[in-house]
Amino acid sequence: MLITLDIVILILMILAALWAVMTRSLLRSGIALALTSAILSVLMFKLNAPLAAVFELSVCTGLISVLFISTISLTQPLSYEEIIKHMKDRFRRFRYLPVIVILAGIGLSFVKVRPNLILPPPETETNVRNILWNFRSLDMVGQVIVLLCGVFGVVILFKERVKK
Amino acid sequence: MFLLFILLPLFSLIVLNLPFRAMMKKAAFWWLLVLLALQVYLAIGYVFGFFGFDLNAPIYPLSFSLNVDNFGCVALLSTAVVLGAVLLAAKYIIKEEEKLFNFISLLFIILAGSNGLALTTDIFSLYIFIEITTVASFILISFDKEKLVLEAVFKYIILSAVATVLMLLSIALFLLVSGKTDFSAIHAVLINSPHSLIVMFATGVFICALFIKGGLMPFHGWLPDVYSSAPAPVSALLAGIITKLVGIFTLMRLLVSVVNFDNPIRQVILFVGALSVVAGALAAAGQSDFKRMLAYSSISQVGYIVLGLGAGNALGIMGALFHLFNHSVFKSSLFINSAAIELQAGTRDMNKLGGLSAKMPVTSTTCLISSLSTAGMPPLAGFWSKLIIVLALWASGNYGYAALAVIAGILTLAYFISMQRRVFFGNIKEEFAGIKEPGFGLLLPACLLSAITIGLGLVFPFCLKLLKF
Repeated sequence: MLITLDIVILILMILAALWAVMTRSLLRSGIALALTSAILSVLMFKLNAPLAAVFELSVCTGLISVLFISTISLTQPLSYEEIIKHMKDRFRRFRYLPVIVILAGIGLSFVKVRPNLILPPPETETNVRNILWNFRSLDMVGQVIVLLCGVFGVVILFKERVKK
Repeated sequence: MFLLFILLPLFSLIVLNLPFRAMMKKAAFWWLLVLLALQVYLAIGYVFGFFGFDLNAPIYPLSFSLNVDNFGCVALLSTAVVLGAVLLAAKYIIKEEEKLFNFISLLFIILAGSNGLALTTDIFSLYIFIEITTVASFILISFDKEKLVLEAVFKYIILSAVATVLMLLSIALFLLVSGKTDFSAIHAVLINSPHSLIVMFATGVFICALFIKGGLMPFHGWLPDVYSSAPAPVSALLAGIITKLVGIFTLMRLLVSVVNFDNPIRQVILFVGALSVVAGALAAAGQSDFKRMLAYSSISQVGYIVLGLGAGNALGIMGALFHLFNHSVFKSSLFINSAAIELQAGTRDMNKLGGLSAKMPVTSTTCLISSLSTAGMPPLAGFWSKLIIVLALWASGNYGYAALAVIAGILTLAYFISMQRRVFFGNIKEEFAGIKEPGFGLLLPACLLSAITIGLGLVFPFCLKLLKF
């Protein structure tokens, strides 16, 4: 029963992801992306990964969506005629996709996956502070450098444009 | 101790930018130069065992899982050499002080990222440092914000994102299988289950991602555009360090320290390497744009590194590592020469140039030295690394690949000689009658790199005895 629920959530997530890719409006696409990661965080919570779920919800659903939507609000939307022109050959590109997916599914069902592996027990450490500061401190340094890199990118690539 | 290689650039970056930015602008150049010189000294000293103390000793209270070996030292050394040359070239080419300062700040980030890449012993940290280096390189490439560059960098970002996803997928599978992310733990598990489907899939996916990042032949779509349209110092940086460390050095680390480097993987590596060597050389022969020719030549030379790795024996891996260092030296030198020509003549089209050697003797000579080293002419450094790679291929029984490596070497010589003839030899054209050498600032890095190429080629037989195997 529980596994069925997981599969339902997974299918919902795929539908939301498809919506994000296929929709004609950039804004809706951003919202659909937020929805996708929100559903993903539900799935993570159900699969006993509450920490990952919290990060997914706060960063991907919250922060990234705010960034996306605020950026999209600065752009100029296409006119109706341009949208129609774009939509015409939009679906034509994807018409073979369902066929490929179904064929791949049938093909994969014949492959018997035998992992031959004894999987280790999952890590039991639940204290985030301990994980971040003791076990993954090098990654924290990396994180700081990535942030600085982003700041420099914005300063170097966008600052002058405002001046002009 | 080696931890400082990551922390020092990071703190320098913060200190230089935050409190007295205006005052620090002049200091940034010299400080980076000092750091790089220190890095060269420590890396060489470690390999030859100059020091009496343990460089791997942790610094209280930080306990990172860093480890330096001879492998990492070669990466540290080539990073320092190329960054130094790029820094000198950038100081000459970028005239505005503010722009130069931003450029140097990004070089600090690249230094921290690539040093981390060379030193880490954890596959997830490796991924983080790969991303730091790549993201900083995106910003550096689009530094001038021209349309062509932005188009090229967009292509690079998209392909790089695909590689990132593949890499993360693979790391997740390794974590699932072994429960840990450090190299030794994964290696211990993979030895016990070598042909499990999940392990093979994860390994294959990771290798594919690294092929994309390194620009090897079936995955090279982004590379010629990016190399040829990026600003001149950045092209040298990309060809010399970034793609080599992010793609090829990581591949070496993965194959040597993490996965089971057995025959099926070796065959794939050999095939991709051979394809890159031959197709890269053929494509380079057909180019008329100087930088584009160098870009295809870079693909071909990376193919050699991968071929050496694919031989699978200790000799092959040593040859690959040595060729990685040599390639970063001579390719940076060639890109700096191309920058000099573009700056003075105003074009990179080799069919329009001609007879420049009379007016630009230093550029012509350094370019000739680097080209001959790339083609594997004795006694230059490139000869030794190619010789070792061919010997390793022969010793491992891959006679066909060894012969191919030799033949492609002749092809390399052919297209570089053709380049020299079209650009430097012959009678000078009228429009270039008044041309002269660029300033000392741009000649210095090219001369230094050429000196390394000649010097290393001459002393290499003696060096070999000193190395700790």
